[in-house]
Amino acid sequence: MDYTQVQIWALIVMIGLGTFALRFSFLGLVGRRKLPDWALQHLRYTPVAVIPGLMAPQIFFPPANGGETDPGRLLAASVTLAVGLYVKNPIWAILAGAGTLTLWMAMVG
Amino acid sequence: MRQEPTELTPARAFRQGIAAGAPFTLVVTPFGMVFGVVATDAGLSVLETLSFSVLVIAGAAQLAAIQLMTENAPVLVVLLTALAVNLRMAMYSASLAPHLGAAPLWKRALVAYLMVDQAYATAFTRYELEPQLSVAAKTAYYLGAVTPIFPLWYLATLIGALIGNAVPPGLPIDFAVPITFLAILAPLLRSLAHVAAALVSVVATLALAFLPYNLGLLVAAVLAMIVGARIERWRARQAETR
Repeated sequence: MDYTQVQIWALIVMIGLGTFALRFSFLGLVGRRKLPDWALQHLRYTPVAVIPGLMAPQIFFPPANGGETDPGRLLAASVTLAVGLYVKNPIWAILAGAGTLTLWMAMVG
Repeated sequence: MRQEPTELTPARAFRQGIAAGAPFTLVVTPFGMVFGVVATDAGLSVLETLSFSVLVIAGAAQLAAIQLMTENAPVLVVLLTALAVNLRMAMYSASLAPHLGAAPLWKRALVAYLMVDQAYATAFTRYELEPQLSVAAKTAYYLGAVTPIFPLWYLATLIGALIGNAVPPGLPIDFAVPITFLAILAPLLRSLAHVAAALVSVVATLALAFLPYNLGLLVAAVLAMIVGARIERWRARQAETR
């Protein structure tokens, strides 16, 4: 990480303020006015639109493996997703994924 | 039949909120620790890591920011991506406004600062079931639901940050973030539109990897939101004609 102290603190504070602005937006300033339906319809998809893309490079081309596809990490990711879809409880999904990767590293290296 | 007036006192509503929010401590604790470990591992100090959790209280956005910071993305891109992950908060805010809009400003500000997925989902479900509850009871219920969650978020972050350096170097800690994100993502994939949006997000980000400053992700996210909304509208039209 090549940021200066000032840049790191600026980022923390700006992400904090920006996030508060998003949370406070309608509750605080817009009051009882409603968002238009088309906006709500798009906003509903923000988590599924951002998170998969953010994680895709790390899952398919992990930097810790020199950017090469790693079958162990792919398997761990698949197990996490499958368990998450099946039991809907993030804790079990995290444990299953972490367990799979740890086991893989121990056996295959 | 006589209708008894349902007057839930704020104090009772607060206690009910605490009971409803309590199970989420099981999710928040490990997630906060993962953030603490990953952030210090990436090079943040313990104070910076804890400040992040206190000022932002949004695990997904915090981890997204750390991820991009380890890639040395430009400051503006880190900021925009973290805020993009939190755009859903504006949606939560909009849907809470009809219920809490009449509460005093400082209470609305407090609810806004403490707006997290689990507490929002818990409280909003209750408001939908019992819209006649007083504004004071609704506010108290929200603040109750978030009370078991946010102090643990700070504490778990601090513990993660302090033990961060004690994690053996051989462990694939780099993969804690994707695993945590996938675990959060899975329950959100509840319709064809959500699955399609997720697939577009992955394919477009990888295809646009040539764009500078990690901008491919932001473009891909916009495309994915459009696809999700389009499919939702298309499915609704189909259901109507049937």
